[in-house]
Amino acid sequence: MSILVYAESWEGKFKKSTFEAASYANQLAKDLNTDTIAVSLGNIDESELLKLGEYGVSKIFSYSNITKSDNKNSSIVLANHAKESKAIIFSNTFSAKMIAPRLSAKLKAGLLSNVISKILNSNNFTFQRQAFSSKAVETVTVNTEKVIITVSPNAFEVKTNPTNCEITTNDENFENQFSIIGSETNSGKISLSEAEIVISAGRGLKGPENWGMIEELAELLNAATACSKPVSDIGWRPHSEHVGQTGKAVAPNLYVAVGISGAIQHLAGVNSSKVMVAINTDPEAAFFKAADYGVIGDAFDVVPKLIEEIKKIKN
Amino acid sequence: MNILVCISSVPDTTSKINFTENNSKFDDNGIQFVINPYDEFGLTKAVMLKEKNGAKVTAIIVGESSVEPVIRKALAIGADEAVRINMKPLDSYSTAKEISNYVNENPFDLIIAGKESSDYNGGAVPGMIADMLDLPFANACNGLEIDGNEVTLNREIDGGIEKIKSSLPIIIGGQKGLVEESELRIPNMRGIMTARSKPLNIIEVNNPTIMSESIQFEKPAEKGECKMVSSDNIDQLVNMLQNEAKVI
Repeated sequence: MSILVYAESWEGKFKKSTFEAASYANQLAKDLNTDTIAVSLGNIDESELLKLGEYGVSKIFSYSNITKSDNKNSSIVLANHAKESKAIIFSNTFSAKMIAPRLSAKLKAGLLSNVISKILNSNNFTFQRQAFSSKAVETVTVNTEKVIITVSPNAFEVKTNPTNCEITTNDENFENQFSIIGSETNSGKISLSEAEIVISAGRGLKGPENWGMIEELAELLNAATACSKPVSDIGWRPHSEHVGQTGKAVAPNLYVAVGISGAIQHLAGVNSSKVMVAINTDPEAAFFKAADYGVIGDAFDVVPKLIEEIKKIKN
Repeated sequence: MNILVCISSVPDTTSKINFTENNSKFDDNGIQFVINPYDEFGLTKAVMLKEKNGAKVTAIIVGESSVEPVIRKALAIGADEAVRINMKPLDSYSTAKEISNYVNENPFDLIIAGKESSDYNGGAVPGMIADMLDLPFANACNGLEIDGNEVTLNREIDGGIEKIKSSLPIIIGGQKGLVEESELRIPNMRGIMTARSKPLNIIEVNNPTIMSESIQFEKPAEKGECKMVSSDNIDQLVNMLQNEAKVI
């Protein structure tokens, strides 16, 4: 028996969300009295793979010639290694959302997405997950022999548990059902779904030329930038930055909303943030009802002051 | 070309969420149900492909008779016919399985679902269908071109876009970008009238495989009052974020 974690990598490196998933898997393995094993896809150095051992993974199966977009072969490989596994853990990323459902169909194993609790009853698979855009928490039981779980980035802490880790590599080639003809990534930027701090701005900024201060603040805090829907609709910012319903859902430790009124559709995507700060000229802005801290004021006055104060504590 | 669009019926985002029967059931009393917003982008794309190249668009929904206004709206927007699988969609697996069974009997060239539904945000159904029917699958698609049998699509990845070439048949999970928000269609009177006479086939289900069971719902703890800070005291705000909230 084992708990299997999908150790996702980006350009040959693991990210914090990978270690969060590994830590979650290791906790579940302890609760169920078993070991944690991992499958890694793509070409990754041994030194990087060994980092998984820090989080309790005792065996790694590394497939250097599968790309994670190839969800068919990814799920076949994971299914092979999951034969003895009670649970398979993913961080809820773009590729996990393609692979985990396929794996669920292959293994006839119940799939729970957006899980926010550890196992609640070790005699059956009972967990809590988010429902209705974080407006509710649902307790769910899965009745299959195995369970597949995706956990949201930032929902669980990274926990070290140094373990002796054995690597098995496989360089077999797999035939993809489609060909990847190109990709564009801003690899220098912090990914929005994984960022611990998100600085988001809306129409209150009056125009795309005014985002310099938002980017400066984000850079100081090692944060990702985001925006409201109207702003991405008018093309001030790219669609990929739009958080809220029909955009992305984020769950950072800190979400700062500058000049965003706080429409329900926007809040649906940011409700899971641990702490929210609203900065708005309108004292009636709905965001002040959802936020933990609020400043009534103009973005052009408040943000530069905020930058100055942050600089002071960073020095 | 035969296009199948998977529709789910979800509470309008502005709905107040409540539960009944000791918090074990979602209270749909007074809730306005709508086409899942992600599905609406896919439906509009299907209708546009039909107008451009000619195609038959079928909208499919899993649900009891209460979801019929939602699937009729899909017909009013431009689907040619609709299918309702008569079953409460209790989990992703049974929903995917019943749609797959239907597609096994009635093959499609292109299946479009939403990247997720706005109620559970699981996004599991299209990937499960892909596996059950052994179709190529791409999720979070924000661009789709079809030329004969060839499919070119864009898919969102962390911090970027991936471009993929594949061929029909294929299943995708769609989102904004398949079409723009401004291209979404509000049904007009003619659409609504013709929707009434378009075929709506009802499929009965025997013993669906349900893998998960909902036990209880709870609402997250109410947030405390928002602490207001004067714009002259931003140092206080930073102090609280650093020492009280401990997030910077």
